[in-house]
Amino acid sequence: MREKVTREEVMQVASLARLEFSPAELDLLTNQLDTILERVEQLNELDTSAVEPTSHAVPLENVFRDDEVRDSIGVEQALRNAPVQAQDCFVVPKVIE
Amino acid sequence: MELTDLTIHEMIQQLRGGEVSSVALTQACLDRIDATDTHINAFITVCRDEALAAARQADERLAQANRDKEDPPLLTGIPLALKDLFVTAEIRTTCASKMLADFTPPYDGAVVSKLKEQGAVIVGKLNMDEFAMGSTGENSAFGKIHNPWNLNHVTGGSSGGSAACVAARQVPASLGTDSGGSIRQPASHCGVVGLKPTYGRVSRSGVVAFASSLDQVGPLARNVRDCAIMLQAIAGYDPADSTSVDTPVPDYLAGLEEGVAGKKIGLPREYFIPGLDPEVKQAVENVVEVYRTLGAEAVEVSLPHTKYAVSCYYLVATAEASSNMARYDGVRFGTRVDPGKGLTEMYTASRSHGFGAEVKRRIMLGTFALSAGYYDAYYLKAQKVRTLIRQDFITAFNQVDYILTPVAPTPAFALGEKTTDPLLMYLSDLFTLSANLAGICGLSLPCGKSTAGLPIGVQLLGKPFDEAGLLSAAYACEQTGEWHKAKPEL
Repeated sequence: MREKVTREEVMQVASLARLEFSPAELDLLTNQLDTILERVEQLNELDTSAVEPTSHAVPLENVFRDDEVRDSIGVEQALRNAPVQAQDCFVVPKVIE
Repeated sequence: MELTDLTIHEMIQQLRGGEVSSVALTQACLDRIDATDTHINAFITVCRDEALAAARQADERLAQANRDKEDPPLLTGIPLALKDLFVTAEIRTTCASKMLADFTPPYDGAVVSKLKEQGAVIVGKLNMDEFAMGSTGENSAFGKIHNPWNLNHVTGGSSGGSAACVAARQVPASLGTDSGGSIRQPASHCGVVGLKPTYGRVSRSGVVAFASSLDQVGPLARNVRDCAIMLQAIAGYDPADSTSVDTPVPDYLAGLEEGVAGKKIGLPREYFIPGLDPEVKQAVENVVEVYRTLGAEAVEVSLPHTKYAVSCYYLVATAEASSNMARYDGVRFGTRVDPGKGLTEMYTASRSHGFGAEVKRRIMLGTFALSAGYYDAYYLKAQKVRTLIRQDFITAFNQVDYILTPVAPTPAFALGEKTTDPLLMYLSDLFTLSANLAGICGLSLPCGKSTAGLPIGVQLLGKPFDEAGLLSAAYACEQTGEWHKAKPEL
């Protein structure tokens, strides 16, 4: 029997997903996720112990190519959409004190 | 007859015959957008100057080809529009999200390059559900999209703008993407033809990813022939997309008029359910009769795992989405909100500010399904059920050539009707999303209208890489009626 999704679990998942929610949003999300997970519980009606998982509908093979030097978009283009940049680099908040 | 009433096929003939110029066609589209889009909101960006410049080039190319007695590329001078998740060089690509409101890609995606090589004129970028997540066309940071047949109703989604712009005759055709019905369902709701090719048929390189194992690019157009022309232009293997399949692209126009005599059409009993709107049911049954008259045999088939498809889909799709959405972190592109408290806080603030509610909900469900302790119970389980759903179709296609179903259980609902209950919205996709899980091709064809005046579509599903057969079957049905000629009053 599945246990109801708790507000604490939702906060934990939000932290993993790097999202934050207001208390009201958290309550709503907790309810909505619980409703959706209750619905997907129906998959357990099916015995899939002997079934292989499908990750792609089309069988995929690894594709190798020659290691050739090709043109790329260049530093200026690569940085043009960066919110903050300096000295040809992306700038992020300080990570190490 | 206005220029914007012409189909692609007719435009090609008139352009080559010198009866019309690409500049005139493009200007007519731009005027039509100006006159109607304040009501519909199909476009996020209209590329007026770029489009007219491309049209002038196309006219030169047509004149040159005429002098050289050569055929110009297929789409030379044809105005088209793109869902705003195809990256376009120097034209902003927003995915209808605040996150990418100012994002201008440095390159054209694969299908955009192909369309340009074929001479097409890109007039703009189309509104959609944010990052292709939604089934109504309402989840956009750039405002809801309105159905051209009734402005108080939704277009469907996520390629809502792609369907609405074709229905409203702003452009003759567009491109969308379909991960669970996002081309077929809005096509049905707006009364146009929408094709989801087989997974791997069209390159996804330069298409902003939602659910990578389900996403596929396809055309929306006013009729089947135009859809075939569009598919011809975009289909094919691309080394830049390792999931595209290296199998020959047939001539989709050559076999278009082959008909359906002797073909077997399967009617899955699990799709004709009590919740099906009676007018939709009647319209779809009429199509079955049309096919019988045309010499096809309609037989009942079973897709026994249909009732698990919605659950399976929303686990697989959200898991993949949560992973794909991880790239939006406020570092390389997109919105950055920095509260000044450190890196993690910057990520969290940027994402929380940049994403809309439905995108956040799906990231949350996907992250939950992939998280430690739940992976086997949810994600792996869903992947195994996906195998069963795929096997249902393999079994059915051993007995029949095509499968015929409704596209959606009801015509387009009113704006705001389903936004409060996500599960109800997810359930409205139940007839379309199995095709993505199974990786087969599918098409939505206009086949009727409700008493409220809203279009109804029928879905045809085909074997993997049998787009040619699917198009010819759809064409045969289309030619018996007038639904594809209907025009909304705006």
